Amino acid sequence: MKYVDEFRDPEKAKFLLREIDKIVAAIASERDRPISIMEVCGGHTHSIFKYGIETILPDAIELIHGPGCPVCVLPMGRVDDCVALAEMPNMIFTTFGDAMRVPGSRKSLMQARAEGADVRMVYSPLDALELARQNPEKEVVFFGLGFETTMPSTALTILQGEADGISNFSLFCNHITIIPTIKAILDSPDLQLDGFLGPGHVSMVIGTDPYRFISEHYKRPLVVAGFEPLDVLHSVWMVLKQIAEGRAEIENQYNRIVPDDGNNVALESVSKVFQLREFFEWRGLGSIDHSGVRVRDAYAAYDAEKKFSVPAIKIADPKSCQCGEVLKGVIKPWDCKVFGRACKPETPLGALMVSSEGACAAYYQYGDIEKIHETTDAA
Amino acid sequence: MCLGIPGQIVEITDKTRKLGLVDVSGVKREVNLACIVNEEHPVADCVGDWVLVHVGFAMSRIDEAEAAETLKILEQLGEVQDELAAMRASAEALGKAS
Ligand code: SF4
Repeated sequence: MKYVDEFRDPEKAKFLLREIDKIVAAIASERDRPISIMEVCGGHTHSIFKYGIETILPDAIELIHGPGCPVCVLPMGRVDDCVALAEMPNMIFTTFGDAMRVPGSRKSLMQARAEGADVRMVYSPLDALELARQNPEKEVVFFGLGFETTMPSTALTILQGEADGISNFSLFCNHITIIPTIKAILDSPDLQLDGFLGPGHVSMVIGTDPYRFISEHYKRPLVVAGFEPLDVLHSVWMVLKQIAEGRAEIENQYNRIVPDDGNNVALESVSKVFQLREFFEWRGLGSIDHSGVRVRDAYAAYDAEKKFSVPAIKIADPKSCQCGEVLKGVIKPWDCKVFGRACKPETPLGALMVSSEGACAAYYQYGDIEKIHETTDAA
Repeated sequence: MCLGIPGQIVEITDKTRKLGLVDVSGVKREVNLACIVNEEHPVADCVGDWVLVHVGFAMSRIDEAEAAETLKILEQLGEVQDELAAMRASAEALGKAS
């Protein structure tokens, strides 16, 4: 238990681990496969690796690292669209730093910038709006991405832009929404999950009610979890307890941040500005119905897809990439043939290698690479 | 981007637009407060509040002890450094010193 001493409350962590062991000992004998729990949020993935949580949990528990990193699920065609927008004349293309290195079919935004496109990293969509204010002779596009955690910030920025009468600002909207994504995962035939750790900060916005269908229809437990190591451990224990007691409920471990009914102001701004797309393409997962949002017609003047002609060509993922299988937890990152070889954090082939919230980068950074290579070489 | 970062509101800069200056580990930046204010807790009462900031928007009020613990973990995860670097880079791009 070399890591537990770093936890917020090491005694509580040790207690939880003992309780987890007890439950697992009691239920594992009746099962012929590990207890699979998916964490949907990339923040959890990062925390799980950093604190070695997988290594301190009993072997009978398998954590599946879900698709909760918005940068990691961005399809190649969309990156190409970003590059096309960025290379338009008179354009300032703004993005969060995380998206700079995601490979497109020809180049990443980083490469486009090196070749002269005006690509700028911003911390906030508000800063992109400010750039538009400062450069009235230019067009400023903001590359909006993320789940419901960041969706309100983009919506509120558009509303602010409208209130201020700024006409040279628009959004290239790639926001995705969590519920249809979880549903697609649950409907995926090659995946058997016993429970979920629900995303903390997405839930801070949407609340806990939208997850009801998971317990009611799919009969799986979900515990909304904080991202600190103790939160993760606590939430794993809550999921296991439900399984042991034959319950499937939505519980909220992170109630110090997540109100059950979410954040009203944030939700109102989102429904005012955005509407669901019929479908949205995901890297590795293919197209998922209603999983993305677009800017409503009422705000078309702020929609980069309407304002400019975006190529919107669908590009298949490279053949050697197995990001989809890794995302769904069907294979482990090191089972991908290019893992740690052609695909490394410095030279990512797939997006899961780009962000520290992606499963491949996390394994690469924190995992035991030597051991991983031994197993792949032996196989 | 998804984890956010705690900070303390030190000044209200624009009441109508609901903007305030937030101190995040010593870096001050303007943050939108719309999501944490309501009739019972108007903008004017926000100075001194600890909040969780996501990409320039305060998304939740938190207590001071919680903020300190969260910062500690975020620092270990390397997120504090990343967020602060992003804030500084953005401020530079806009020609504002922070
Ligand atoms: S190693 Fe690279 S290509 Fe393979 S699944 Fe991971 S990110 Fe995708």
